[in-house]
Amino acid sequence: MSDTVENQGRRDFIVVATNTMLAVGAAAVAYPFINQMNPAADTLALSSIEVDVSGIEEGQAITVKWRGKPVFIRHRTAAEIELAGQVNLDDLRDPEGDMDRVEKPEYLVIQGICTHLGCVPLGQKIGEVKGDYNGWFCPCHGSHYDTSGRIRKGPAPTNLEVPPYAFLSDNVIKIG
Amino acid sequence: MSSPEFKNPVVKWIDHRLPVFSFMHHELHEYPTPRNLSYLWNLGSLAGLALVTMIVTGIILAMHYTPHVDHAFESVERIMRDVNHGWLIRYIHMNGASFFFIVVYIHIFRGLYYGSYKAPRELLWILGVLILLLMMATAFMGYVLPWGQMSFWGATVITNLFSAIPWVGDSIVVWLWGGFSVDNPTLSRFFALHYLMPFMIVGVVILHIIALHRFGSNNPLGIDVSGKQDTIPFHPYYTSKDLFGAMVFLTIFASAIFFYPNFLGHPDNYIPANPLQTPAHIVPEWYFLPFYAILRAIPDKLGGVLFMFGAIAVLFILPWLDRSPVRSGRFRPLFKLFFWVLLADCVLLGYLGGKPAEGIYVTLSRLATAYYFIHFLVILPLLSVVEKTRPLPQSISMPVTGAGMSAAPAAKRGKADV
Repeated sequence: MSDTVENQGRRDFIVVATNTMLAVGAAAVAYPFINQMNPAADTLALSSIEVDVSGIEEGQAITVKWRGKPVFIRHRTAAEIELAGQVNLDDLRDPEGDMDRVEKPEYLVIQGICTHLGCVPLGQKIGEVKGDYNGWFCPCHGSHYDTSGRIRKGPAPTNLEVPPYAFLSDNVIKIG
Repeated sequence: MSSPEFKNPVVKWIDHRLPVFSFMHHELHEYPTPRNLSYLWNLGSLAGLALVTMIVTGIILAMHYTPHVDHAFESVERIMRDVNHGWLIRYIHMNGASFFFIVVYIHIFRGLYYGSYKAPRELLWILGVLILLLMMATAFMGYVLPWGQMSFWGATVITNLFSAIPWVGDSIVVWLWGGFSVDNPTLSRFFALHYLMPFMIVGVVILHIIALHRFGSNNPLGIDVSGKQDTIPFHPYYTSKDLFGAMVFLTIFASAIFFYPNFLGHPDNYIPANPLQTPAHIVPEWYFLPFYAILRAIPDKLGGVLFMFGAIAVLFILPWLDRSPVRSGRFRPLFKLFFWVLLADCVLLGYLGGKPAEGIYVTLSRLATAYYFIHFLVILPLLSVVEKTRPLPQSISMPVTGAGMSAAPAAKRGKADV
């Protein structure tokens, strides 16, 4: 074996080129092995649902399951809508107007997942605790949400999330 | 062996307390290896590569598979259609089993030809046969999991082999099944064991490697290393040679996965298991065919089972059947001849195992089975006595370099080989 400077440069090139190709190959192999844990095609296919809201009486709420998690749909009373609209945005931790959170004011559609650590807040059923702001109350760590699902008190950082949805007709909502 | 000096202070600190780096250096870097190994000595590391591939893809498949008779088949189809790259991972696992056996069978015949089972490597050989047995059990149970027609009827036939055992056979089969036929309890226990056994294989492989490194690899000449001039360090010489072999292997493997993924499988296994109807012609996977031929060659239930397991058992005692002091087939003219006959016999058995059990195939199966056992039990012991072997070279470096003392020509080669 000879170790002249000229040859050393050529060897280094081959070593670097080989290692680079190895890294590219390893990444190409790793990709499918990592990607397999992402949602599969059938899971993605289940990621939208349609809900008929005509059966919800004013003041009542229903819970539907979307992507394995609860979605709250509340048919709000005029008083509740008014209450939600009167709030001064400067008082909110996560300022957002009530009208920005709904398609139709009488139907509030939100993810029933506390933005703190993922528990399901109470306040859907009659008789359940609704918190200090007449919306929802999370029993895990005491977050209070108002009639627009906005965080008012407690450890949660943001408002209850509004899922992507649209009214297909007057009474049917497509979530997702 | 002396401990290497590590430059990196962290490595040094760790190695002083936990000598893993010394160990790796000793076993994978400086490890003195005969300088004359051919490409047939690549198969050991390839088998290791295949085992790791099977474990990695298998763990991934287990994330998506459901071991229940009502869901198993569909969960496999879901893997093929819906899971991201599931088709790729399943095809790797499915073909990986076949390629694992191809590699291991070549590895075994390499050992047979070069007498790698002889003293002082008897335990190394026996551990290898044990790995083969564990592989067969693992492969069989893995084939049951997709719950297709071949899965179901393969499981039925193979578990029924145990009913041949006198007196307790039937109770053992019921115990294996966890019921009165192959059913859900059978499937769930096969899944659990299929997940466990590869790790048992890893354990025996570690013992296999410890035993290998005790005396080092055998070599094509079959003579012992006589000094430093006969060996070269494992790294970079055999790491790069193994790596090149691995690239060739992976190229062939990838061609099978991407272009002929179902070539080695049986189409009937894409029909969901039906306990009320046996497929017209059931065959095991190709790597079991020689043993299947032996099973069918014997016109007696218990006898067939005994001979089939005997075909493996005879390998365990091989080091004591072949008493010739010469290892390599190169210097054993008669042994060499019979080696090729044995190889042809095994291929013939494999062919016959895939044919229907009727007419000429049965007769041929019987002759081939008889020859298999005659080779090990009669020919090898006889050859040890009667064969006149050719003279052995004095050392490994002699026939390699043509001159006695080795290192000089390598140094002279100079600029030409960059």
